[in-house]
Amino acid sequence: MPGKVLDIRAMSASTNPAPGIRSAPIVAKLIDTSSCIGCKACEVACQEWNDLPAETTVQVGTYQTLPETTPQFWNLIKFNEHESDDGAFHWLLRKDQCMHCADPGCMKACPAPGAIVQYNNGIVDFQQENCIGCGYCIAGCPFNIPKMSRQTKKVYKCTLCVDRVSVGLEPACIKACPTNCLTFGEKEVLLQKAESRVKQLKASGFLTAAVYNPLGVGGTGVVSILAYGANPEVYGLPKDPSVSWLVELWKSPLKWLGNFAIVAGIVGTFVHYLRFGPKSIPQDTKSDQPQAGGGQ
Amino acid sequence: MKPVKVLPGYVLRYTFVERLTHWTAALSYIYLLLSGLAFWTPWMWWVAIMLGGGPVCRAVHPWMGLIYTAAVIYMLREWLPDMRITQTDMEWKNHIRAYVTNEDEEMHPVQAIRGFDRFAPVDRFNLGQKYLFWVMFWGGIVLFLSGMVLWFTEYVPPALSFVRIVAVIVHAIAFLFTVAGFIIHVYMGTAVVRGGFSSVIRGEVTEGWARHHHRLWFDRITQASAAKK
Repeated sequence: MPGKVLDIRAMSASTNPAPGIRSAPIVAKLIDTSSCIGCKACEVACQEWNDLPAETTVQVGTYQTLPETTPQFWNLIKFNEHESDDGAFHWLLRKDQCMHCADPGCMKACPAPGAIVQYNNGIVDFQQENCIGCGYCIAGCPFNIPKMSRQTKKVYKCTLCVDRVSVGLEPACIKACPTNCLTFGEKEVLLQKAESRVKQLKASGFLTAAVYNPLGVGGTGVVSILAYGANPEVYGLPKDPSVSWLVELWKSPLKWLGNFAIVAGIVGTFVHYLRFGPKSIPQDTKSDQPQAGGGQ
Repeated sequence: MKPVKVLPGYVLRYTFVERLTHWTAALSYIYLLLSGLAFWTPWMWWVAIMLGGGPVCRAVHPWMGLIYTAAVIYMLREWLPDMRITQTDMEWKNHIRAYVTNEDEEMHPVQAIRGFDRFAPVDRFNLGQKYLFWVMFWGGIVLFLSGMVLWFTEYVPPALSFVRIVAVIVHAIAFLFTVAGFIIHVYMGTAVVRGGFSSVIRGEVTEGWARHHHRLWFDRITQASAAKK
């Protein structure tokens, strides 16, 4: 897309600030799981718009298409069967896809400059031409979303239809959804909408209904309304997701400590040489040849 | 194998196979270090560009890792008897300060700690060299194991994703330990202990060098060759 660099707010492994200067409202996708009927129209629309080849489905014991998203299947409705303590059975549907975190762990972990970018509107996008196929983003992601292709050795995931959004269209899945379970727009507006829907759900007896917009990753660009919001685990969502502390440790203190140690080591050896110099061999005239100097 | 001919006044310190093993490990490590530094920090990304680009580095790095791992394992086989840390090393360790500040020399016999090599004699390798070997060996094993997880990262099942995260950080920590060893080793072997670098290229050192730096080893091999005669 022409002028796309002006929209890049942050990028992976960059030593410089990202070039994005355009202002844009933060966009979001709102998923009201309580009105999802599991029709999978969003799955089809995603495959179709992105020209992704058909995946062979895998029987997982439910209506679910595949166990997990794949490099060429970015939008998966998860069919969670859940039995609550009172013995009631719940069929909890969830749309599994990239959450477009405000503070993305994938981008933090990525060592390849510009392989993961975040646009001014909040969309997190993989740039496969810059991807080196190390898979560190997989370690950085708390939602198990980036998937590496065994053929291309690149990672893929939902782009939030950045190509559609950047020309004023809504993502393909939104367009296909028949129940208005999916809506797209400015995040501020959608969050208000989500809160009023949560109130409605609570009034209908879903007392723990909540908005899933986890702040451990800075909030997400994909916001879910969960009827049983007190336990997002029953939907297969982590309760309080954050980028693993090990990844944070690796990319912050360890990295700076390591860089300091390497530079200090090099400087230290140089200073040592200036102060003490080389070791010389004592001239033991008894047995050494005059020319012997150990190959100096 | 027929005995290697050595110039008069010189002794053979490293056999051809030992030198070959050393340089297999050294050159593969240097590639691993350079490409690894590019993955470690974007400030070093230019190295990846010089080595053919990120995807090339990503593809070659694990293969070099296999070569390095094989080399250090072969080194263990070759050098294990020489690398065991002994009581004599502990004696030497007491005087490490003198060694680091070059006070072990006899250039200025009055000020120097007289005859350092006599009261803290060294066998084939000194304690510093032994530490380096063990850091590079165990570092290599840890880097190999964590590296295998990272090499085939797309095959790690979701339930074991913590293994991937642990592998990432363990790989980084082991890398930092080996890089410390590497910096000191290169500095000591080229700048400080003159004759060390050529010994691992050509295999020979002067008798004076051998007696000064590795007295116990020198006595051992000269007695052995005298006994043969």
